[in-house]
Amino acid sequence: MTRKVLLDVKGLETTFFTDDGAVQAVDNIHFDVHEGEILGIVGESGCGKSVTSLSIMGLVPSPPGKITNGEILLEGKDLTKLTDKQMRAVRGKDVAMIFQEPMTSLNPLFTIGNQLVEAIRIHNKSWSKKQAIARAIEIMKLVGLPRSEELINEYPHQLSGGMRQRVMIAMALVCDPKVLIADEPTTALDVTIQAQILKLMKDLNERLNTAILLITHDLGVVAETCERVVVMYAGQVVEEAPVKEIFKNPQHPYTQGLIQSVPDMRYKKDSLFSIPGNVPKPGSIKTGCRFAARCQYVTERCTAETPALFELSSTHKSRCFLVEEGIKQ
Amino acid sequence: MSELASKQIVAQEKVAGPWKEAWRSFRKSKAALFGLAIVTFFIIIAFIGPLVAPFGMNDQVLSNRLQPPSAEHWFGTDDLGRDIFSRVLYGARISLTVGFSAVLLSAVMGSFLGIIAGYYGRWIDTIISRIFDIMLAFPSILLAIAVVSILGPSLQNALIAIAIINVPTFGRLIRSRVLMIKQEEYIVAARAIGMKNSRILWNHILPNSMTPVIVQGTLAIATAIIEAAALGFLGLGAVAPQAEWGKMLADARVYFINAPWAMVFPGISIMLTVIGFNLMGDGLRDALDPKMKN
Repeated sequence: MTRKVLLDVKGLETTFFTDDGAVQAVDNIHFDVHEGEILGIVGESGCGKSVTSLSIMGLVPSPPGKITNGEILLEGKDLTKLTDKQMRAVRGKDVAMIFQEPMTSLNPLFTIGNQLVEAIRIHNKSWSKKQAIARAIEIMKLVGLPRSEELINEYPHQLSGGMRQRVMIAMALVCDPKVLIADEPTTALDVTIQAQILKLMKDLNERLNTAILLITHDLGVVAETCERVVVMYAGQVVEEAPVKEIFKNPQHPYTQGLIQSVPDMRYKKDSLFSIPGNVPKPGSIKTGCRFAARCQYVTERCTAETPALFELSSTHKSRCFLVEEGIKQ
Repeated sequence: MSELASKQIVAQEKVAGPWKEAWRSFRKSKAALFGLAIVTFFIIIAFIGPLVAPFGMNDQVLSNRLQPPSAEHWFGTDDLGRDIFSRVLYGARISLTVGFSAVLLSAVMGSFLGIIAGYYGRWIDTIISRIFDIMLAFPSILLAIAVVSILGPSLQNALIAIAIINVPTFGRLIRSRVLMIKQEEYIVAARAIGMKNSRILWNHILPNSMTPVIVQGTLAIATAIIEAAALGFLGLGAVAPQAEWGKMLADARVYFINAPWAMVFPGISIMLTVIGFNLMGDGLRDALDPKMKN
């Protein structure tokens, strides 16, 4: 892959300073997004996926949250060092985001058109209202919203969940961002609409060459849309690989567990596989592998030492001693 | 569903903004409509009262003192021979002006402080909220009396006093609402497209925080009218010869046994206006409360 690195997250650490002490929700994370690529970030609830995306947008609620370490480079420019004003110019224009809940992501008091036009004019101040409306209709057509001309005069409550998510995507794409962060964009939608939205995102990715950072807990979604996957567990990256590789040859026991727990229609099973135990509370494990308590291959070394991210190949990395030992053999 | 019926629904839905929807639900309540009718009636009187009043506000005919209601003087006359019906008509303008302006003033001040406290939080919130707490620690009429005694008794100062004592009510209401709304996803989404704080605050949070203010405002007008009347009654509001309803009650008090009409008619006017605003406020609350929607 010779494509240019667009977004480069280096050693990101986001900490929440709560009454019970500092909690590291995201701990020393590295990953990059290439131009025109769809990168998936997978993990259970509470593993730090959303905090990662909010950190990139500079929208971590502060206080109590703060980026305590690391760099987020967008085309070489470190987003963590920008002032509020500079960051506002990046949001929406260079990096845009869509959220999990399309039902609550639109302001209920304004029409769809109103909100789209507002989004357009934030970054194109010289545009007339007419130009902005024309652009809004154009982008609505692009995301497959029917009868756009009428729709711009309607209110969010008159639209279905799937349509609202399309409006959100339209709003995110209205200023041609380089990176689109999609935080569980299909979780709140039913399965048929999910498929439509994913297809739309993939389609837009190809047509507009917008890189997409797709955050999800659903491996099925990843298999369908992404090129590469980053698996997160308890605030850390535990495995990173191209999507085919990860399904064929998962290295980390957590990834293996995740893949096994996806229902497969080809085989009749009595009960679905599940990984025993729960995600540890952030900050509760100081030394050792964070997955050790739930791992079926656990050894003494796993609780005594903290594993690093080992490189199996230039594209495949895994945070597990078994992999390291496997490489050594 | 027949094709016609579904067409009708589509047609209806097209025009239904959030406010129109609220009006549809408001219309369903008879009590609310009755309240609206009373309020509208008194507002009309406030506008045209002085034009239709048979006598002037201060036309004294001393030979006609304390006359009972008659064909000429519908509500009778007071101790100076002034026509009570005319004075009640004039008084509607005074009472409603005081009610509306005091509430408008306190709603604007309260909303501004409440929004800033709720949105920016931290020390700004602490300072503003503690000031509200201190003000709420006093019984409101006592606080109003204190304010008037500093500024001196007049209708205008009574209005200012009533406005000041109502600020914390609005401030707290808005603050709690803002605290809730700023967590909403559409506010995060607005930030994610690069919107400025001030724009988010005034264009997105403010309009979404307005519904409880409208309801509280309507109910507060009723209270403000009573408070103005109370201050007038205590001699701290309107001064003679202003035809303020509370002041009229106070002046007629001495002759209550001999000439009850001099007290009854201004009293009924106060009561009706207050009932009107209260019924309307209750209706608005039901119409604007999302939980009551069916």
